[in-house]
Amino acid sequence: MTSRLADQAAPVAISTANGHAPPTKTAIQLNAVSAGYGRTLAIENVTASIEAGTRVALVGPNGAGKSTLFKVIVGLLTPASGAVLINGLPSQQISQVAAYVPQFEAVDWDFPVSVMDVVVMGLARQVGWFRLPNASHRRIALNALDRVGLADYANRQIGALSGGQKRRVFIARALAQGATILLLDEPFSGVDALAQQTLFEILDTLRDHGVTVLLATHDLSLVATHFDALFVLNKRKIAYGSPDKVFKPDIMASAFGSQMAIWQTDGQIVMLTDQHTR
Amino acid sequence: MIEQLCSNDTLQQLICAPLKYSFMQNALLAVLMLGLVAGTIGAYVVVRGMAFMTDALGHAILPGVAVAYLSGGVHGPLLFGAGVAGSITALVIGFFTRGGKIREDTAIGIVFTGALALGLAILSLGKANAVDLDALLVGNILALSSGDLAIILIVGLIILLLVRVFYKELLIVSFDPVLGATLKYPVEGLRYLLLLMLAMTAVIAIQAVGVILIAAMMVTPAATAYLLVRRLHLMMIVGSIICCLSGVFGVFLSWHLSVSRKLNVSSSAAIVLTMTVVFLIAYLFAPKRGLLWTLFPYQGKATESVEIEASAS
Repeated sequence: MTSRLADQAAPVAISTANGHAPPTKTAIQLNAVSAGYGRTLAIENVTASIEAGTRVALVGPNGAGKSTLFKVIVGLLTPASGAVLINGLPSQQISQVAAYVPQFEAVDWDFPVSVMDVVVMGLARQVGWFRLPNASHRRIALNALDRVGLADYANRQIGALSGGQKRRVFIARALAQGATILLLDEPFSGVDALAQQTLFEILDTLRDHGVTVLLATHDLSLVATHFDALFVLNKRKIAYGSPDKVFKPDIMASAFGSQMAIWQTDGQIVMLTDQHTR
Repeated sequence: MIEQLCSNDTLQQLICAPLKYSFMQNALLAVLMLGLVAGTIGAYVVVRGMAFMTDALGHAILPGVAVAYLSGGVHGPLLFGAGVAGSITALVIGFFTRGGKIREDTAIGIVFTGALALGLAILSLGKANAVDLDALLVGNILALSSGDLAIILIVGLIILLLVRVFYKELLIVSFDPVLGATLKYPVEGLRYLLLLMLAMTAVIAIQAVGVILIAAMMVTPAATAYLLVRRLHLMMIVGSIICCLSGVFGVFLSWHLSVSRKLNVSSSAAIVLTMTVVFLIAYLFAPKRGLLWTLFPYQGKATESVEIEASAS
């Protein structure tokens, strides 16, 4: 994990002609974005740029606007003001680059679809209107499933998989879709430690391939060690930067307020939120 | 083959004798097409949780049928009136259930009872007689004209074609509307398309089962299929088969009850009761999902391990 963080400093991008350090590519650019439903704004004046190939944890209390931020980034919601640029393009114009992996509760797992059916959905644009996926589309989907270690599960009903496997199916769908930006909404809720480890291993390989991951989580124990950057949101941007700069009791407390407990044991600061997935 | 079949005395009595009448032939053709359409589109109703919506669409057709009835009695342009009313209701219900000010089931409840009341008011103003009123509410599949049959077959084929053409798109927006939106699909447009397809199915089903029981054709067989198979297209196939067989069985059942036992059970009631019984059987005995399997889960596993042991030895 640490060696990989070191890799980050020297991305595989082409170096510039004059020998300077290569410019880091911005995957997601938020320019003073305000957005919400009706007249109430869920996020206000959020400005940040997320570099390509980084893994960013998005944390904030319930109702902080995490889901709204996701929706704005994938282009489901038009900002009331400000602009969102995905790889330099307005988010309304993109349809494949960014993929959203929904919260566990947002999916009907009893829906009569197989794992393969779900992954092939990511290829809908390539398949084209009115057509059904053919063998070559299924091959791409199977390849994506292989990348998350689920090739053997292609014909299972989606509901027959475990919580962690279900998340991986949706990640495979995003890969089949060709997405280079992955938005994961609480992927660790209800997932055991081993499955969480597997998910991080998959995310590591994705990062090696330059995939940008923005991951909403309420599990603060992970953010200091498993992420390149930390995005603290509570309607406004509270802080954004590397975990060692941002993961500080005062910063976190100003975002979470009474929804968080902080204490010190053996010189270590422990921060816990009492929120559950919502 | 049919001659061979009819040389058997029992079969002759049960199947061939009724089929000599053209109205029975019409009824069976209609019920087969309705079975295909309702069983197929019903898969969407069940997986999207639209049973109440479908019931509402069925009932809300009544005002259109009522106006058509007033203009020409039972032989008036009933299907045309139903089609107009069905389209309007699909759009109105679609509009009120976009999510927002009123809860979806509340909106449906208001729109459909309002439409039903309007239909009843028009019928009573027009002094509809009891027999006709009965036919409109519970249907009379034995009274189909060949023109009605033609409309049922044509509209049914169009709906089946639409299901095939939009299969992938409707699957995606049903399972994961957010993915549909990120793929830049017209999610709302597809929802209205599905509502219109449901309304048109209700329209062609009105003479077979009447406004009251329309929802059963679109919900019960598909729900039965949901217990039996785990892929959407298989649900459509199995649902259609169940819907067709129950329909045919119901028509024959009501015929034989009235001819040989002098019991007048309307064909729509016979059809829907058959579907309900099939559903209950599946609910009890469906592999893995049936009540018996969930009550005694270990028996299945025990047999399985015995089999493995047996094959290993």
